[in-house]
Amino acid sequence: MKFNRIYGLFLRHFFLITRSFPRILDLIYWPSIQITLWGFISNFFASHSTYYNNAVGVILTCAILYDFLFRTSIGFNMLFLEEIWSRNFTNLFISPIKISEIIISLVFTALVRALIGLIPAILLTSPLFGISLLDLGIHLFFLFLSLYIFGITLGIFVSSGLLRFGPSFENIAWSTMFLLAPFGCIYYPIEILPDFFQKIAYLLPLVYIFEEARNILINQSVDYQNIIKAFYLNGTYLIIGISLFYYSFEKARKKGTLINIGE
Amino acid sequence: MENLVEVINLSKSYGKKEAVKGINFKIRENEIIGLLGPNGCGKTTTIGMLLGLLKPTDGQININGMKIEKNRIKILQKINFISPYIELPKKLTVKQNLIVYGKLYSVKNIKNRIEYLVNELRLEDLLNKITGELSSGQKNRVSLAKALINNPIVLFLDEPTASLDPEVGDFVRTFLENYKKEKKISVLLASHNMSEVTRLCASVLMMKDGVIIDKGKPEELIAKHGRQNLEEVFLKLTRNKNEI
Repeated sequence: MKFNRIYGLFLRHFFLITRSFPRILDLIYWPSIQITLWGFISNFFASHSTYYNNAVGVILTCAILYDFLFRTSIGFNMLFLEEIWSRNFTNLFISPIKISEIIISLVFTALVRALIGLIPAILLTSPLFGISLLDLGIHLFFLFLSLYIFGITLGIFVSSGLLRFGPSFENIAWSTMFLLAPFGCIYYPIEILPDFFQKIAYLLPLVYIFEEARNILINQSVDYQNIIKAFYLNGTYLIIGISLFYYSFEKARKKGTLINIGE
Repeated sequence: MENLVEVINLSKSYGKKEAVKGINFKIRENEIIGLLGPNGCGKTTTIGMLLGLLKPTDGQININGMKIEKNRIKILQKINFISPYIELPKKLTVKQNLIVYGKLYSVKNIKNRIEYLVNELRLEDLLNKITGELSSGQKNRVSLAKALINNPIVLFLDEPTASLDPEVGDFVRTFLENYKKEKKISVLLASHNMSEVTRLCASVLMMKDGVIIDKGKPEELIAKHGRQNLEEVFLKLTRNKNEI
């Protein structure tokens, strides 16, 4: 593994982002709008709901956490789609970059993209709504890490589909997060879901992450079982995702997708 | 001279369709070989396998003494490719693109290498321009610079002068001739421009329906088939008998 190649692919996207003010604005705009909207909804619920009245920032905190997950996942997909749109795909895959180096570079770049959007949004929450994410304490780090791993895992799954099926898989890239959102129990406890949906939801790390975020904020206590279960599921899906990416690459070499995708 | 590229019984099928059927050829050091044939004859598939983008159904490719299936990354470090059908990131400047590819190919002194290529390919005025805003001829020279950034020992060219005006086309051909003489690189040139192939190539492979149907020096093929030029040889070999 060579740092130069990982850095090279990072630079390609860094140059792209920093050259274009609209791109930076686009990264910041949506999270800020999202957080502001959920901030007002959160304020309303806090004053009209007995469930939330002791923890004003629960919905808003969950909205921020979800947005981080969404941005990480979409960010990873965007980096991959960017190569297809710019017809640079073939150039990338005939350079001596390893699949592992592509994944590492995109994982890091996706984090930078997500943070560019999220940091201004998080900074808005304190003066506008009097809420600080730091209320989650040290556990905030574990929750963010867990969401980051799941976000890039979803990105790897979708990119595997793009590798295997080409640009026709693009629509799936946009819809993955929306499909999983109801099962993630982001804004409501899992008990709200019908039994069958609960079984599906328990297979996702999201349930444990958001349950725990609510638990910390509402009950002021920490259930480490939730954090461990989330990491365990994340690790499992990440390994499956990376294996699928390698498999899709070999499949694309057999089917000829790598040649046709860039043209 | 050493064989830098060896293609042995190479085949590629997509399901039941055989795109390339057991072809064999070699490219020696400091040699330009032409790969000719009508559209859909298997040229791009062959180049795709040589670049490691496609997995052969059967056969073997050795580049610089290494099997591509086992040493894909090591081989990719030493080869490069140009095609008008692929592009560099459009929103980046020419310099940024060359830096990115210099990093991807782990070029040791990127600054010096870029300076060399900029002088050789007359890119001074383009260096800070957005790649997507360049003309076809300018983009072609930039793609050539990217293809040479890693100082390749084998270069694969897929219609490198397609859509270029005669002046730029001639500049590219002259550059390739001189660069090959200076660096002793090997080149596989797929082209539909027969005068270009006659001028540049030591030897020619004629492909049709996934098979190499004839090969030899351009002048030998012209004499063998009793034609005036390579274009007539191409038409004789690639058209069906009842079309001639």
